[in-house]
Amino acid sequence: MVSPPVDPLDPEALEAVRNAALIEAQRLGATHAEVRVERIRSQMVRLRDGALETAADDEEVGVGLRVVHEGSIGFAATAAAGPDAAAALAGLAVGAARASALARRSPIELADEPGHGRVEWSSGHRIDPVTVPLADKVDLLESWSRRLLNAAGIDHVDVSVLAVTEDKHYADLAGTVANQRRVRVHPQVEAFALDPGGGGFESMRTVAPPVGRGWEYLHGEGWDWESELDRVPELLAAKLAAPSVEPGPYDLVVDPTNLWLTIHESIGHATELDRAMGYEAAYAGTSFATFDKLGTLHYGSPVMHVTGDRTAEHGLATVAIDDEGVEAQSFDLVREGVLTGYQLDRSIAAVAGLGRSNGCAFADSPLHVPIQRMANVSLQPASGDGPSTDELIAGVDRGIYIVGDKSWSIDMQRYNFQFTGQRFFRIEHGRLAGQLRDVAYQATTTDFWGAMEAVGGRSTYLLAGAFNCGKGQPGQVAPVSHGCPSALVRGVNVLNARAEAGR
Amino acid sequence: MSASAGARGLPPADVVVEAALRAAGGADCAVIVEEASEAEVRFANNTTTTNGVRRSRRVTVISFWEVDGGVAAGVARRSGDVDPVDLVRAAEADAAGSPAAEDAAPLVGGSADGDFGDPPGSTDLSVLEGVLGELGGAFGRAEQADRVLAGFAEHAVSTLYLGSSTGLRQRHTQPTGALHLVARSTDGTRSAWAGAGTPDFADVTVDEMEERLARRLGWAGRRIDLEAGRYEVLLPPEAVADLMVDLVESASLQDAEDGRSVFSKPSGATKVGEELSPMPFELRSDPYEAPLGCAPFLAVGASGPDVSVFDNGLALERTAWISGGRLNRLRSHRAGAERSGVPVAPPIDNLVLELPGAAGSLDDLVARTGRGLLLTCLWYIREVDPTTLLLTGLTRDGVYVVEDGEVTGAANNFRFNESPVDLLARASEAGATRRALGREFGEWVNRTAMPPLRIPDFNMSSVSQAS
Repeated sequence: MVSPPVDPLDPEALEAVRNAALIEAQRLGATHAEVRVERIRSQMVRLRDGALETAADDEEVGVGLRVVHEGSIGFAATAAAGPDAAAALAGLAVGAARASALARRSPIELADEPGHGRVEWSSGHRIDPVTVPLADKVDLLESWSRRLLNAAGIDHVDVSVLAVTEDKHYADLAGTVANQRRVRVHPQVEAFALDPGGGGFESMRTVAPPVGRGWEYLHGEGWDWESELDRVPELLAAKLAAPSVEPGPYDLVVDPTNLWLTIHESIGHATELDRAMGYEAAYAGTSFATFDKLGTLHYGSPVMHVTGDRTAEHGLATVAIDDEGVEAQSFDLVREGVLTGYQLDRSIAAVAGLGRSNGCAFADSPLHVPIQRMANVSLQPASGDGPSTDELIAGVDRGIYIVGDKSWSIDMQRYNFQFTGQRFFRIEHGRLAGQLRDVAYQATTTDFWGAMEAVGGRSTYLLAGAFNCGKGQPGQVAPVSHGCPSALVRGVNVLNARAEAGR
Repeated sequence: MSASAGARGLPPADVVVEAALRAAGGADCAVIVEEASEAEVRFANNTTTTNGVRRSRRVTVISFWEVDGGVAAGVARRSGDVDPVDLVRAAEADAAGSPAAEDAAPLVGGSADGDFGDPPGSTDLSVLEGVLGELGGAFGRAEQADRVLAGFAEHAVSTLYLGSSTGLRQRHTQPTGALHLVARSTDGTRSAWAGAGTPDFADVTVDEMEERLARRLGWAGRRIDLEAGRYEVLLPPEAVADLMVDLVESASLQDAEDGRSVFSKPSGATKVGEELSPMPFELRSDPYEAPLGCAPFLAVGASGPDVSVFDNGLALERTAWISGGRLNRLRSHRAGAERSGVPVAPPIDNLVLELPGAAGSLDDLVARTGRGLLLTCLWYIREVDPTTLLLTGLTRDGVYVVEDGEVTGAANNFRFNESPVDLLARASEAGATRRALGREFGEWVNRTAMPPLRIPDFNMSSVSQAS
C-alpha cells in the first residue's frame, strides 16, 4: 500500500526536516550548512490557432543541502521530503565535499553574513495563478486567439502562458529561517501572416513582459492587453508589406521592450564576478569586464547608470533573502559610464576580497546547488522629466526605432552581440516612416554603450525581463527582470537577415 | 554511498504506477515515473568548485476524458513522495475542464515488460573518482605550464517507467554522462575546449583531453588576425552536432504544413521528398543505434505541436529525417500523421548524420586543405529567421588557420550567420561519422554522432574579440 505523503511545507514537517539536516551536517563537521525545502508549482498552457495544444501542471518538491566541510563545498538533494531523507543528505553532502577535495587546490570560503532570524516574505500578487481553474485560463486564451484569428490578414495564432508559484523554506546554521513565496506569469501572443506570394511569412508577438505578478496581470493589472491585442493585426500587416532593410550604420532608438535583452546579455552577464574571474569558463563563458578593470573600465557614455537589485517591486529576481542567507540589496554596477561594481555570491565576494556578498546566489530548484545568478540589472532613466521616446526619435535624421525582442546571441566574453526585434520603424528626419523587415543589429558591447547619446525619462521606463536565463553546469534556468528607458544609440551596424542567409 | 540512500522513504515506482491506475478505476489513463540519480563535479581556475549528488522522482499522470466532440487529456506532474490518488484526481479535473484534444488517438496497447518491477538504476560520485584523481594531477601540470583548466563532469542514470490502462508496462534505464574540459592560457588570450558524451566514463580520460588541448594552445602561439567574410571552413563533428540538432528541432510537420517553417511550400505542402543536398546524407534517429541506444518507446508528459500524450508507449523505430540527401520525414504525432497521410515520426533521443561511404577523420580533412579555418565548436546559436532557418552564433575556444594541409596558427573568433539546411546543400566533403558532443545542445541531446564537414564558403559575419 502507498500511504498518503506529508505536505513538505507543513510547518511541523519543515522544522523536522530543517533540524535533521542542519544538526546532522554540524555533527559531521560542516562549518556552514544551509538547507532549502521547496515546492515549485508551474503550469504551461498553450493554444495553437485557438485549440488547446499543451496543458501541463507541474509540482516540484525537494530538499537540498549545501555544506562547507574542511574547505570544500558539498551538495546533495532529494525529492523525498521526510526527516530521515534530510538527515541522510548530510552524509551525502559531506561525502561530495570529500570527493571534491580529491582535486581541490584552494579552500572555499564564504563571505560573512549575519543571521537574520525569522523572515516571512511574498512577492506582490493578488491571485495565485495555480488557484485559477484550467478551464478559466483556456477560456481567456481562447478569446484572445479568436479575436486575432478573426482579424483580416492573420493566418495563425499561438497563445501561451507560463505561470509559476514558488514556495521556498530556507534555513542555515547562522540562524536565518526564511519562508518566501514568489509568483510570476508570462503570457505571450504571436500572430503569423503568410506571404501571399508564397515567399515565407512574418510574425508579430506581444511585447508585454513577464512579471512578478499573479493572474491579475492577464486581466489588465500592470499591462494594457486590450490595446496591445488591438494593434497586432495592423502592425503585422504593415510588417508583411514593409521593404527589406538596406544594411549599414543607422542611429537607433531602442524601445525598452527590446533594450532589456541587450542589457541582460551585454551588462547583466558581463558584470557577474564569477564569470569575470573565470569560474564559468567551461560553460557560460568569461567576461571582458575583468576584475582588474573595476573602477576604470569605460563601459559606455556618461549617461549610462546601471544598477543591480533584488528589491524592485514585481521584479523577477526580487527576494528578501537569497539562497545563501544574504539580505536583498541594491547596488551600482556602472556609474557615469564607468564599471563600478559586480554581482556577487558569498564565495566570489570572499575570493575577490570585496567584503559582504550583495545577495546574488540562487538555485532554480531544490535539487540544484545555489550559484551566482543575476539580480534585476537595470539602466536608469534620465533624471527629471527626461525626453520621451518621441523626443528621442525627433533627434534622428536617418535611423530605426526598434520595438520588442526576438533573436539574441552574444559571445563567450560578452563583446560581440546580434539582436533582432518584433518591429522596426524607419526614422526619417525625426519622424517614423513605416516599418522595415529583416533587421538585425550587431555591435561590440563597449562600442554600443559608448554610442548611447541619450536615455529617455521616467515616462519611458519599463520593467521587462525573462523566465529563461541559463547558466551553470548542470544548467540552471532563472527568471530575471531588467528595467530601462528608451535609448538613442548612434551609428550601429544593421544587417539584413535575408542577405545574411544568401538570399 | 548506498544506492538507495537518497530515495529513502519513497515507495517503489511500479507500485506508484499501479496505485495510480487503480485510482483511475479503469478509465483511460497513462502514468510515467521518471527516477533520476545524478552526480556531478565542476571545476575552474585549477580547482574543484561546486558539485552535487541527487535523487529525484517525477510522476506524471495523464487522464483521458470524454468531452463534447471528442476526448480531452489532463496532465498532472509532481515530484517526490506523491499521493497517486490525489494526482489522478488533479489530472481528471484538468481533462474534464478541457476542450476535445486535436491530437487525440486510441491509446497504445501492449503487455508488461518482465523487468517492470525492478528498482531504478543509480549512480554516485564514485563513477567520477577516476576523473577527480586525474584532475588533481592535471591542475598541477596546468599551473606549471601557465594554463588554467575549467570544466565539468556529470553522470546520470535515469529510469523510466510507463504504465497505461491498456495493460502496457514499459521500463527503460538510461545512463548519460559528459566530460567538458577547457584550457586557457593564464593571460586569457588563448583557449581550447574538448568534450565528450559517455555512458560510464570508461571511454574518456582527462589526460587524453588535456594533451589535445595542450597541442591546440600550442597552435594558438601564432596569432593571425582575420576579417569577416566567407571562408572555407572545416566543421568538426561537435559543431555539426549542434547544427543538426537545431535542424531536427525545426523539422515539425505541423509548422511546415502551416507555412511556418523552412520546410514549408505554398498551400500547405511540405518539402518532404525534395533534395536538400547533392550528397546522399542520411540524418537519422534510432533507439537501437549502438552505442547511442536510447528508450525504444515514447514517453510524453505534455503534448506539443508534434508530440502527443495520446502516443505514450508507441514503439520507436529507426527514422531517417533525411535520406539520400532528400528530406524524408518531419516530426509528427499519430493524429497529425494520419490527417496528412504520412508515417508517424515521434522524437527519438539520439541523432546521427552519415554520408554513406565517407571515410577519414578531421585530421584527414585538414591534410587535404589548401587554405581554410578549422573550428573547435559553436556557441550561443539562435534562430534569426525561421523562413530560412538562418542561425546566428559564434565560434568558440579555438579557430585555427590551415595552410597547405597543416595548422599554422590561430585566428580570432567570429560571429556566423548560416542555415544548417544551406550548409548541407553546400558541403563539399564529409568524413567518417563518430560520436561527438555538441558544445551547446549536447546538454539536452547527449547521444549524437556526426561527420566532419568541409564548407567552401562559410559566412563569418563579423569578428568577435572574445578569446
